[in-house]
Amino acid sequence: MSESVISVRDLTKTYDLGETQVQALRGVSLDVAPGEFVALTGPSGSGKSTFMHLLGCLDRPSGGHYFLNGRDVSTLSSRELARVRNTQIGFVFQGFNLLSRTSASENVELPLLYAGSVSAAERRQRATQALEAVGLGDRLGHHPNQLSGGQQQRVAIARALVNTPTLLLADEPTGNLDTKTSVEVMGIFQRLNIERGITIVLVTHEADIAEYGTRVVAFRDGLVRDDSAIEHRRIA
Amino acid sequence: MSLLMTFVVAVKALRRNAMRTALTALGMIIGVAAVIVMVAIGTGASASIQSQIQSAGSNIVMVTAGSGGFGPVRQGQGAVTTLTADDADAIRREVPGVRYISPGLNTRTQVVAPAGNWNTQVQGAGSDLAAIRSWPAQFGSFFTEEDVTAAHKVAVLGSVVRDQLFGVGADPTGEIVRIKNQPFQVIGVLTSKGQAAMGQDQDDTVIIPFTTVQKKLMGVQHVTNVTVSAENGVPLDTMTDEISALLRTRHKLQPGTDDDFLVRTLEEMASVLTSTTTTMTYLLAGIAAVSLIVGGIGIMNIMLVSVTERTREIGLRLAVGARDVDVLLQFLVESIVLSLAGGAIGIALGFGISYGVQRVMQWSAMVTPSAVAMSFGVAAAIGVFFGFYPARKAARLNPIDALRYE
Repeated sequence: MSESVISVRDLTKTYDLGETQVQALRGVSLDVAPGEFVALTGPSGSGKSTFMHLLGCLDRPSGGHYFLNGRDVSTLSSRELARVRNTQIGFVFQGFNLLSRTSASENVELPLLYAGSVSAAERRQRATQALEAVGLGDRLGHHPNQLSGGQQQRVAIARALVNTPTLLLADEPTGNLDTKTSVEVMGIFQRLNIERGITIVLVTHEADIAEYGTRVVAFRDGLVRDDSAIEHRRIA
Repeated sequence: MSLLMTFVVAVKALRRNAMRTALTALGMIIGVAAVIVMVAIGTGASASIQSQIQSAGSNIVMVTAGSGGFGPVRQGQGAVTTLTADDADAIRREVPGVRYISPGLNTRTQVVAPAGNWNTQVQGAGSDLAAIRSWPAQFGSFFTEEDVTAAHKVAVLGSVVRDQLFGVGADPTGEIVRIKNQPFQVIGVLTSKGQAAMGQDQDDTVIIPFTTVQKKLMGVQHVTNVTVSAENGVPLDTMTDEISALLRTRHKLQPGTDDDFLVRTLEEMASVLTSTTTTMTYLLAGIAAVSLIVGGIGIMNIMLVSVTERTREIGLRLAVGARDVDVLLQFLVESIVLSLAGGAIGIALGFGISYGVQRVMQWSAMVTPSAVAMSFGVAAAIGVFFGFYPARKAARLNPIDALRYE
């Protein structure tokens, strides 16, 4: 178990909607080894996004256990979870979620503000490195509204990378992008996975996007229906 | 996040909505300025009363004839006729620390001059009165001990009486005025002293020797008051007690009976007046404080709107590792910065208005450091108090709910 980045056992999540209760996850077990690039697929309502939020420590499971880098995070306090999100996980959203009227560099620095004692100079330096890694070294001072959708998503990836997490989570990162830009963004994920060995879990409902990964996990009705390696990986 | 960064982030957020920030701060500005000005006016009124009492002489003990009566019938103050000029002499002889002493007996009557006449207070006094009240003459001089002893018909005019009888600013020394049909020679005019603390015009008076009032105007033997001024450093309480004891002995009052006189210091009267103005100040400040609270509610309102608008931002901050306390502090600091900025501008505005009031309306207004410190403290407290609820609301958001908020 200690060799897995993610180890999930019988994870359940039930939403209480007053009169009715919705079982979004009915008992999911999954292991992800370091260096894997896992694509979670499934129709909407299959529970893949819920699972993603639990992996990102953005929400708490109703039952079961989640070991992140060997540590059971399903029982942590909200303050400890904030620390986990800050240091071990990088999250990329479909809607980019950049702060408007704030430069690319400052957006990327955001996680470092909550990382304790990181000097302003070091924040600046690490943000610059992260933006260079996604090919935006010349856009440090640009605001989100001065950047294209693909560039905004790359800023978001830089923000997810800046704290050097072991796990990168992406929730439909290409959902708002056209095909050409999607390929560019997937190329960045792939390079990070191959060159830096960062473990990536990505949610998508597009089959071709899933094929940039090494493994596809298909969800249906709150359960893992299929789990298979990709034989002919696409290279962006 | 460090407090400095939290502060920087808060200022940036406030600048992003400059107009809204300014309007919200306006509530605080008006509230703080109102408190400062009200307290300044109240403090100024107190101070001017204090200084008037000082000008009347802070080391003065007033002895007035008390209420008397027979059996159950009580007469008004000054009705008894047991206080005499001999009592005044005894006080001067036997009570240590007496500097000046002046028996007094007043009457109100018509004063007639060749050119006009005027109904005013005729004060009978001793020759020390000018020294007791530090009241110099504008023209001529005050009457002397010899005038008192001989009950000369000489008069010293207050400036208002002079203005009425002889024209504004005239020098009537040597002229004759008639009081109760008797001729008095004007030997001096006093400088203007203005209104007393209680509102009466101190210059609307004619001062003549008290002996003259006793013998020539009223035909009585008593006086109605004795004004005593103490040497510097003599405790007035002790002097008050000694005068009381002396007068009880002289008036042969048995133990257990009431005094037939009243001994008071001007300080006692001053403290009554001061406490009245202090009450007024609190009242005014209290009304002004209501606007501070309204300003605080304005801040809370805007902070609630801000938290709702920035729900996704909060979600993002939580997702990248902000703790609930980081979010709480961010909004709390924002609200405190807003209220303190408003408070600071309000203090400046309060200074300005107080100065304006002083110049334009001729009121004395004093901005005290304590009023400034208090307003600033209250502004900060309002920031914390009214900012806490919205900030806590933000901090309690679930990251995923906040991120999905539309």
